[in-house]
Amino acid sequence: MTDLTTLTLTEARDGLKAKAFSATELAQAHVAAIEAARVLNAYVLETPEIALKQAEVSDARLAKGEGGWLEGLPLGIKDLYCTAGTRTTACSNILRNFVPTYESTVTSQLWRDGAVMLGKLNNDEFAMGSSNETSAFGPVINPWRRAGSNVSVGAADVEGTHLVPGGSSGGSSSAVAAHLCLAATATDTGGSIRQPAAFTGTVGIKPTYGRCSRWGIVAFASSLDQAGPIGKTVRDCAVMLRSMSGHDPKDTTSVDIAVPDYEKAIGRSVKGMKIGIPKEYRLDGMPAEIEKLWAAGIAWLRAAGAEIVDISLPHTRYALPAYYIVAPAEASSNLARYDGVRYGLREQGRDIAEMYEKTRAAGFGREVQRRIMIGTYVLSAGYYDAYYLRAQKVRTLIKKDFEDVFAAGIHAILTPATPSAAFGIGEKGSADPVEMYLNDIFTVTVNMAGLPGIAVPAGLDAEGLPLGLQLIGRPFDEETLFSLSEVIEQAAGRFSVQQRWWTGA
Amino acid sequence: MSVDAKTVSRVAHLARIALPEGEVARMQGEINAMLGFVEQLNEVDVDGVEPMTSVMPMVMKKRADLVTDGGIAAQIVQNAPQSEDDYFMVPKVVE
Repeated sequence: MTDLTTLTLTEARDGLKAKAFSATELAQAHVAAIEAARVLNAYVLETPEIALKQAEVSDARLAKGEGGWLEGLPLGIKDLYCTAGTRTTACSNILRNFVPTYESTVTSQLWRDGAVMLGKLNNDEFAMGSSNETSAFGPVINPWRRAGSNVSVGAADVEGTHLVPGGSSGGSSSAVAAHLCLAATATDTGGSIRQPAAFTGTVGIKPTYGRCSRWGIVAFASSLDQAGPIGKTVRDCAVMLRSMSGHDPKDTTSVDIAVPDYEKAIGRSVKGMKIGIPKEYRLDGMPAEIEKLWAAGIAWLRAAGAEIVDISLPHTRYALPAYYIVAPAEASSNLARYDGVRYGLREQGRDIAEMYEKTRAAGFGREVQRRIMIGTYVLSAGYYDAYYLRAQKVRTLIKKDFEDVFAAGIHAILTPATPSAAFGIGEKGSADPVEMYLNDIFTVTVNMAGLPGIAVPAGLDAEGLPLGLQLIGRPFDEETLFSLSEVIEQAAGRFSVQQRWWTGA
Repeated sequence: MSVDAKTVSRVAHLARIALPEGEVARMQGEINAMLGFVEQLNEVDVDGVEPMTSVMPMVMKKRADLVTDGGIAAQIVQNAPQSEDDYFMVPKVVE
């Protein structure tokens, strides 16, 4: 039998329906693959007993010809999603032993539709990072290696220079690329779905703000956070998003509009669609490879009948600085709840104030502490107008840039997903945090404007590492993004890791 | 704008994060790098621009003012570091 873990989500779905294999066999194959891939550190908690029990239930349903859209399909869950009875940490020491008594709305919908949980996936602490290096459980390793890389599995660990899988959803991207789940949940506040997808040759979509419920997902910056999937193909992401989306009365920002069958958008003609190419995304000193990739994407869409239009989004360069005021401000407010009283870590103090201060100093990592401090500062008396209020006004202008081009008839916008391919662990941001933040330069505008964005692999760089393109859509028009990105996927082909070096075999 | 060491200590206290003396200089440097980076926002003309309050315009949803949940005190204190009789326990606040 072929290795079941190398199937796509939709191939596995069709195989289960055709009874080519059972949900139990599919779950077992993934459980074994996860055990053999522990050096990648993609999972922070494996739940094989849950997976096998759910698979058994799925097999019974499938035998009766029943079952939901995701019946029997094994998934990985980012450790930001609360799972009832299963430890959820946001990869922070402050939540190290937190076991939720409730289920996030999005994961409850996945189980409703028959999906199987393999375990909880690593991420940057509270989703604050672009490399998965800020996790309290340590960094995740990208299954991709540079051509001629010295990376191998030694006696106890991975040796050599290994690469980051992107972040914050680095466990999700690494696990999907290494075939440790058929697809994964992820979240995106400034690029945390699209950048890791681009770094691992996988597909990731951040839907429109309000498309997925945020209820039960550990909050980072509430006006920017959105849930979404990372998958092996565009079609897989379409199937996942259908299940994850929908109105939730428990999230006041969740939108009450019907969820389309996104899979039907795959293969739909893109003829006559107007694709905007924003000149502001052509950065000084941009690598020639990224330029080439972008040009290839333009050529593929044009060949499919789309019309290419040069556009301008004049406030693009201000998105990242505005983000680094708005996001820390919201984080400082959201993370005020971790005080050692109701849940999480507690360090003793002489009085309650000292208890708070010691608890938060011990529980939060460096990056999280820094962002809380910046957020506190920009919201403090005397600085609110100069920083926070100004940033929110700039955000209005960024959104207006997009509204103007959509009003002029543009259906979607094509850009590179990241300014480079995956970099080495420890290579960036140690001296200046801004160096790391620049990774999100192409993705962060989309969060600031609340729009949907998808990253799709489109080629390899000179060192054999995957590179991605991004498509940005009109609000709630994820369908157009699926149609267009599948054109790119068909033209570029899929990019899979060739050798499972991490098993040591 | 940049922050001095005294401001860093004050902000740490506001954020309820114990910041040892020896860490202040490092944090000060990192915060100032960030503040330097966001300085470019001053180039933008924001006269007459409304600050964003909701990224997707929508009418605030309201629900009926009814009890829909409750009676789960044991679940609520389940993850508490210290609790007694369904109360959260904290160090003495009032002398």
